[in-house]
Amino acid sequence: MVRPHPATLREALSVALTVGAYGLAFGAAGVSAGFSVLQTCLFSLVAFTGASQFAAVGVVAAGGGPVAAVLAAGALGTRNALYGLQLKPRLGTRGATTLLAAHLTIDESTAVALAQGARGEAAERHGFWVTGAGVYVFWNLFTLAGALGAHALGDPAAFGLDAAVPAAFLGLLWPRLVSARLVVVAVAAMAFALAVTPVLPAGLEIVATVLVAVAFGWAP
Amino acid sequence: MGAVSATTLWVVTIATGVLSLALKVAGHVVPARWLEHPRLTRINALVPIVLLSALVVAEALVERTRLVLDHRLAGVAVALGLLLARAPFPVVVVGAALASALVYHLH
Repeated sequence: MVRPHPATLREALSVALTVGAYGLAFGAAGVSAGFSVLQTCLFSLVAFTGASQFAAVGVVAAGGGPVAAVLAAGALGTRNALYGLQLKPRLGTRGATTLLAAHLTIDESTAVALAQGARGEAAERHGFWVTGAGVYVFWNLFTLAGALGAHALGDPAAFGLDAAVPAAFLGLLWPRLVSARLVVVAVAAMAFALAVTPVLPAGLEIVATVLVAVAFGWAP
Repeated sequence: MGAVSATTLWVVTIATGVLSLALKVAGHVVPARWLEHPRLTRINALVPIVLLSALVVAEALVERTRLVLDHRLAGVAVALGLLLARAPFPVVVVGAALASALVYHLH
């Protein structure tokens, strides 16, 4: 057993702690959308993939049905499958360990693992496991805290929670807009969602924007 | 927001969990060539951006299937300003909540 590189541990733990703030926002978003504290916590324990969880409760809060909510979550969850492809040869897991690795396969654990390349294969594995486990612990603790907090506050509008949720989405979107083209994609998706809102059942305007991704991603 | 049926909430909770987990497991167990298509990868990279964008406007401007301008827009406008000023995530969310609650109570 090789000891983890201190820099790898530092990166993993700082990512895990940062994610806590998002967990708090998710906990509050889940309860303001109408989910119970238990259901909100189950999202974080079982689904454990932030963007998908936010999308599912966001569609419900927007008045969408279960199909639209789960489709939006699934569309965001496909990238975890692509992360798994990249991680599999690096982690070398088998059996039950593969299932555990799959459950911890998220944006953060993949990013830290792949950023360890220069420190060697062991550092990639350490980066993945420490980040994945650390984020899991903090994400779930803060989800519970956010859910209990929102539950105690009551009326979401009176405390601005109904605006905190779209603000959280904007905060999640912001760091992804790293090029002018991606800003154009985001603005096009917003315009498209608003344009189809009056003609689609509630919540489906969100899922329908996948068409914008298809249009922009079709040709290289 | 209105009342959502208890069944709907449970279906969304459980189905989101199962589907999310299944997608994660798929990446670790299915042959790479099933998932590795350049077009799929390109589209997939844009999916978080379009869905998060749609969620921002849906949560800020939509009430079921109608566009409405209310206190939430004030909150999101403050969030945008804070992001432009490079504020950290918790400040953005709390700032939006405060602005929205203020407008809500003034009305």
